[in-house]
Amino acid sequence: MTVKAILLDANELDRALTRIAHEIVESAKGAENLALVGIHTRGVPIAERLADRIASFEAVRPPVGKLDITLYRDDLTEIALQPVVKRTEVDFDIGGMRLVLCDDVLYTGRTARAALDALVDMGRPAVIQYAVLVDRGHRELPIRADYVGKNVPTRRDEVVKVRLEEVDGEDGVVLGVRGEDPT
Amino acid sequence: MSERFRRLLDFGGVDVDRILAILETTDVMAQVLQRPVKRVPALQGFTVATLFFEDSTRTRLSFERAARAQSADVMAFARGGTSLSKGESLRDTVATLDALQVDAYVVRHPAAGAAHQVASWTDAAVINAGDGRRAHPTQALLDAYAYREATGRPFEETRLTIVGDVAHSRVARSDAELWQRLGAEVVLCGPPTLLPHELAALPGVRLETRLEPALDGAHAVMALRLQHERMDAGRIHSTSAYAERYQLTEERLANAHPDAVVLHPGPMNRDVEIDGALADGPRSLITRQVAAGVPVRMAVLYHLLVGKGSR
Repeated sequence: MTVKAILLDANELDRALTRIAHEIVESAKGAENLALVGIHTRGVPIAERLADRIASFEAVRPPVGKLDITLYRDDLTEIALQPVVKRTEVDFDIGGMRLVLCDDVLYTGRTARAALDALVDMGRPAVIQYAVLVDRGHRELPIRADYVGKNVPTRRDEVVKVRLEEVDGEDGVVLGVRGEDPT
Repeated sequence: MSERFRRLLDFGGVDVDRILAILETTDVMAQVLQRPVKRVPALQGFTVATLFFEDSTRTRLSFERAARAQSADVMAFARGGTSLSKGESLRDTVATLDALQVDAYVVRHPAAGAAHQVASWTDAAVINAGDGRRAHPTQALLDAYAYREATGRPFEETRLTIVGDVAHSRVARSDAELWQRLGAEVVLCGPPTLLPHELAALPGVRLETRLEPALDGAHAVMALRLQHERMDAGRIHSTSAYAERYQLTEERLANAHPDAVVLHPGPMNRDVEIDGALADGPRSLITRQVAAGVPVRMAVLYHLLVGKGSR
């Protein structure tokens, strides 16, 4: 991948998450009954960070779950030779909760669709909202995010790469073009 | 793991990474089976056919449940009630099912090599669910999974002792092959007439005709049923004489590892190859083995059917 532009540097990424944390609490009128669910892989640290931020200005830290959506994908015969399934860890009852699904990039909307199916198989939340760090457009399903770090118009042949300290050793979001070394 | 995995006939040619990946996937499948909705859409649109030419309850039912729990369609064929009982050959049956667009065959047959035959006739995925005395790979996988779940002990630090009618047991063969592949030491024990010498050729496998040295330091001990239906006359004097020398009891496990666990692939003849109290006691993983059947078979179907180039 060849890098064309830096979309968010570490500070901007940090501020975007802080703003989203405030928006979530404002919309929920507090942190009661609120829970965050991160989609593997990078949605998980995003959910953890949002929970930390919320804990810093509210009395409680909302519980965080980890969701693997592989078994719910509609492109299982296309994405990889052997799609790897990871554990889902949602250790609280989601029934009646206000859930915020967290992911790094919103693109076609197919991941969110799979995540919604996975969540409703685990219980009946009162509300499910959707928070993403970057919305890059090109939706293939009627899905939108409730909280967006940054909206970025992209071309389909471009790549939006989110890097997070917990997974990649550093924070930042770059826009690139698929090259000889696709990531 | 760069090639498409399309057949699980035995563990020949299946690399350790693949085996470990299947055990990891089994973990996730076990989790799915604990939810209120015990079904995921991963195999939606796939059709799994079970072809059973030999009696089976738990294996066939657990494969069917494993397919349905991933939203696959299931076609069940058994000897009675189908054209199999009218003399249609295995080959013609497979050709018929291929025309009905079956994606995976689960084959149980009294003849060794039957699943290999099926695999040579079809491009669909094929799982050997037991062929004669040769192999029963998903049973070995669930034994290994149940052991790892219960003990957490690495296979490299494990000694598995299998006691009983090794000669007629496809489970013993598959377990010996799998556990030694995972790094465990395997001891096979039984009367000399029921202990085929060719198995000693497997690396990491030792044969032992006396129970006491076989159990020495064992972490996992598996009892096998005497398979009278496959046995020609004169292999053993009597069931009671066998039990006297080889029945697993708590007392006889005295020189095994203190935390040794006991396995049995079923069906079990209580108080013949295993003391009933031991089978029901705290060392026993028998219930866990049965419970592992569905998630292990879900994982195997998932690995065979899902991914690029699977259709």
